[in-house]
Amino acid sequence: MNWKSSTVRLGVLAALACVILLAVAAWASSDAPTTAAAAQAATQAATGSQLPWWAWPIILLFFCFILGIIAVLAGVGGGVLYVPLVSGFFPFHLDFVRGAGLMVALAGALAAGPGLLRRNLASLRLALPVALIASACAIVGAFMGLALPTNVVQLCLGGTILFIAGLLLLSKNVTRPVVAQQDALGLALGMNGTFRDEGTGEIIEWKTHRTLPGLLLFIVIGIMAGMFGLGAGWANVPVLNILMGAPLKLAVGTSKFLLSITDTSAAWVYMNKGCVLPLMAIPSIIGLMMGSFVGVRLLAKAKPKFIRYMVIGVLAFAGGKALLKGLGI
Amino acid sequence: MSAIKTPPEQITYANLLFYGCWGALALLVVTFLVYTLGLLPPHVPVAEIPNLWGLPVHEYLEKANAPHGWGWIALIGQGDFLNFIGVVVLAGMTIVCYLTLIPAFLREKQTIFAAIAVLEVVVLTLAASGIVGGGGH
Repeated sequence: MNWKSSTVRLGVLAALACVILLAVAAWASSDAPTTAAAAQAATQAATGSQLPWWAWPIILLFFCFILGIIAVLAGVGGGVLYVPLVSGFFPFHLDFVRGAGLMVALAGALAAGPGLLRRNLASLRLALPVALIASACAIVGAFMGLALPTNVVQLCLGGTILFIAGLLLLSKNVTRPVVAQQDALGLALGMNGTFRDEGTGEIIEWKTHRTLPGLLLFIVIGIMAGMFGLGAGWANVPVLNILMGAPLKLAVGTSKFLLSITDTSAAWVYMNKGCVLPLMAIPSIIGLMMGSFVGVRLLAKAKPKFIRYMVIGVLAFAGGKALLKGLGI
Repeated sequence: MSAIKTPPEQITYANLLFYGCWGALALLVVTFLVYTLGLLPPHVPVAEIPNLWGLPVHEYLEKANAPHGWGWIALIGQGDFLNFIGVVVLAGMTIVCYLTLIPAFLREKQTIFAAIAVLEVVVLTLAASGIVGGGGH
């Protein structure tokens, strides 16, 4: 191994960032009561956390900054890392973690949206029909998630995160799917267009197929995004790319833009329920966005595959932790 | 092959989103500093929050005597709820951007997309209004 190589150094840096992330999370969780009963006892005794209140926004800011870097390098959304890690290791109730998680995912998607739309890497024609379905179902998912007992949501969250880790490990996206013929529904919805791949300079024409199954899957995606407070990029991209046949770059760009619509509807539900705490949500948003900026700059030099496997490992660990929490262990 | 032209309504959406999103984020930073530096007194004492954020939301609202839905507007002069201005702008940007799409699609006689945009505005407005589900419990 050539230790002088910038790729190796960045890989080591990313591994160190993951270790720091988990260490901060573990330290934060050691300060917190581990059961709801203990949390309530702590509240009743007015002892709560031993840390001063201002320590938590600083910890969250730092934690989310690292998370933002890792998320970009691994090509996953911040939301899918935020909810399982923060709910697993921090003392915040899952209701507030989901509210903050949606705001974090929303802010990231809104910030990325303009650039993607201007460069035609996100297509309104592709996004609008699926966004309508996903956003409406995200509202349903949000209500379901807030109505179900916390341990049930925690269990389902753990299972979902483990599934996502498996999906990230095994799924093979297709750069340029072959779509022989567009189906009638896709044609009627105008789900076709062209974009310029700036990497190769090619002009790529695209159209979709299997539109109906794709739209039906967005029902499930919307419900899960609303229920767990996750961004849905991990699901959007495979559905748009592998199932519906959109070119990978367009699928990734449109997915990111789609999150800004899906997460908006669920975020409003959580906000109206009182689940957005500024002391938690705002440092999380700022930290993650700052981390994302740094991550984008490092991405050119980093080895995404190695970091992706690391993140899959972190997700598997976080998913397992959520399952155990849901089982009361 | 003809040059790829980004549809004008997509450019309008992008520009509006750019200024709205970054404006909201800047506002969030300012209001968060006002809140945490104690420049405006909060409704829920900030030192009390860590004792309460481990509770389910309905218990938190009860113990903190905090509003839900749009009730925060009455407390906009309090440091904590002042932050909701930026949060609402951020969450509301998509609705505002969608509203610009409707006349653009109608002008181009893309009635299906105009209808989809109208339905999306309805969905997001319903979610924002708190009418669906009636807020906290």
